[in-house]
Amino acid sequence: MSEASNTRSRSALPVAFLKAHPNVAIAVVVGIAAVLFPYFFEPAAKPVQVMTEALAYVMMALGLNLIVGFAGLLDLGYVAFFALGAFSMGWFGSGFFSGAAGGEGLHVFVTGVAANLPGIHFNFLLIVVVAVIITTVAGMLIGIPTLRLRGDYIAIVTLAFGEIVGRIAINGDGIGLPGEATLTAGRKGITPVDKITLPFLETFEALDLRPWYYLALVLCLIVLVVNFMLRDSRLGRAWIALREDEVAAVSMGVPLVKTKLLAYGTGAAFGGVAGAFLASFQSTVNADQFLFQLSILILSMVILGGLGSIWGTVLGATTLAVINFYLIPKVFNEVPSKVGLNFDLTEINFGIFGFLMVIMMVLRPEGLIPERRRKAELTEGIGAGATTGVGGEEVREARA
Amino acid sequence: MSADSASEHGAAAPTPAASNGPPLLQATDVTKAFGGLVAVSRVDFQIPERSIVSIIGPNGAGKTTFFNMLTGLYKPTSGRITLAGKDITGRRPDKIIADGMARTFQNIRLFGTMTALENVMIGQHGRMKAGLFGSIFRAPWVRKEERKVRERGREELAYVGLKPDAFDQVAINLSYGDQRRVEIARALASDPKLLLLDEPTAGMNPQESAGLTGFMRKLRDERGLTILLIEHDMQVVMDVSEDITVLDHGEKIAEGGPQEVRNDQRVIEAYLGKQEEKG
Repeated sequence: MSEASNTRSRSALPVAFLKAHPNVAIAVVVGIAAVLFPYFFEPAAKPVQVMTEALAYVMMALGLNLIVGFAGLLDLGYVAFFALGAFSMGWFGSGFFSGAAGGEGLHVFVTGVAANLPGIHFNFLLIVVVAVIITTVAGMLIGIPTLRLRGDYIAIVTLAFGEIVGRIAINGDGIGLPGEATLTAGRKGITPVDKITLPFLETFEALDLRPWYYLALVLCLIVLVVNFMLRDSRLGRAWIALREDEVAAVSMGVPLVKTKLLAYGTGAAFGGVAGAFLASFQSTVNADQFLFQLSILILSMVILGGLGSIWGTVLGATTLAVINFYLIPKVFNEVPSKVGLNFDLTEINFGIFGFLMVIMMVLRPEGLIPERRRKAELTEGIGAGATTGVGGEEVREARA
Repeated sequence: MSADSASEHGAAAPTPAASNGPPLLQATDVTKAFGGLVAVSRVDFQIPERSIVSIIGPNGAGKTTFFNMLTGLYKPTSGRITLAGKDITGRRPDKIIADGMARTFQNIRLFGTMTALENVMIGQHGRMKAGLFGSIFRAPWVRKEERKVRERGREELAYVGLKPDAFDQVAINLSYGDQRRVEIARALASDPKLLLLDEPTAGMNPQESAGLTGFMRKLRDERGLTILLIEHDMQVVMDVSEDITVLDHGEKIAEGGPQEVRNDQRVIEAYLGKQEEKG
């Protein structure tokens, strides 16, 4: 013990410091690897594309983790926020509203090709702001009907919300707006979507994925920092308290409505940013992609990594995104046919996730990198509200 | 019935503490019905400032329901509740604690996976200002506030007698007695004027109960707190209370000092059953 502290104080060498803090060492190594990653490949190589998408999913998973992991509100409709973020990009960063400004197009701080096209074309930063506003409002709206609900009931309401948004996306080509425009492009999808334009930088290009990758990395980093800040704050504590025991939390001065809506709103905003980014990256807002399965995929990322654990969510999201968008469709897709089976691996990808989940629940139910609290719950065999004694009468009318 | 209880109320009125100043808490004609079941029926009740008052009664008498109405978890079906002259009838629980009434629960309700210190910090939630953006950007005032709240949390935990090495332990790992302590510390952290304790000695041995009795007096004398407790342990009740209210089947059947209540015929009947007439 004294020896360890001696070495630490004597040598300010980073090596000694890292030895004492293995987690920091891992984070540094992962960080360096993440920064150098694109330079191991061609500028437009598949791995760079996959990792860029994976980073967007990390953002979404971190947003969902805030809602489900921190605040304990099981949200099965998270894809709705992805959709709304993507549509923010589609509406304000493409030629979709071709009648805008009398056909001349509305351009705000955009350069490159988009500056001369009809439609509405905003700078990506503005679109991010729009996406954040739209998704935060939507998140709070979905929050309101669930305020008095718990557990499974919240899950059903949010599931319905996800489906409603998905349906509107598909059928929105029948919803007319002023000037012959429609709300969405339906199954045709909004395409192409503007490439990202940022201040002081050249507009991104489809053939060089490195800027996309680095932007995703920076966005992820911001989301990550926000997550850490919130977790160890007054608000983060209140979320956990609500998750543990709602009645006790409101009795101790945590305002139920405000605190829950902030969780929904903040978590949704991250989904919106990721959605806007992906829409531009994939150059399409395809209504068919906003499926219930995607909500489940994102939730699986959080659970695989460790509910409530920030680093766990990052790992879980990266892992599942790579499996789902690269390993299954590109690497192992042909495997069944090679052994004489008549199907592609992509047809059973959710079967594979289900299998992974079952394996995980048996071997490591607390997730890859468990959160301290969850670990305590699972290993001590005591759930939330564990201190409630025998015969705890339920407060039937808990209000706030 | 109501005339009956009113007369008893009149008899009980001249308690020593009642004479100085207006009551801190006053409940007037408070009723709570769950559908057809009337859990609390037309109860009048008041607590003078800086007094220790008990509510007793057999199981199912409506004591905890009454508590839940006072703290805002239930909205009274009818009646009026004021705290320090302010009408708090039907206010939200998180507002009521800010108004100065904090509570503990019959079955301890700590946040199991939070540490003792974090639990107590939640007690100060309503006194803090950092919002979403404050939490994200951590301005100097936010960090200062966080430090102060943490420091205050430690003080409260030490005040209730928790050992410093237990401060950072997860609440579910604490001993039963320590959990009770943390719950009281959590309530104290909210700067209450009135502290409501729901069966605080449940599961304690006589020494621990006596310790808690002493602690309640200390809270009153050192911090000027007013304490209202629900209690089954008659030794504790008779020892600490200046005034006792007895509920049975949701109605107030007696009120007065320990001696008076002990000898009240209806109280004895409520607890022991009606004595058969001698044949």
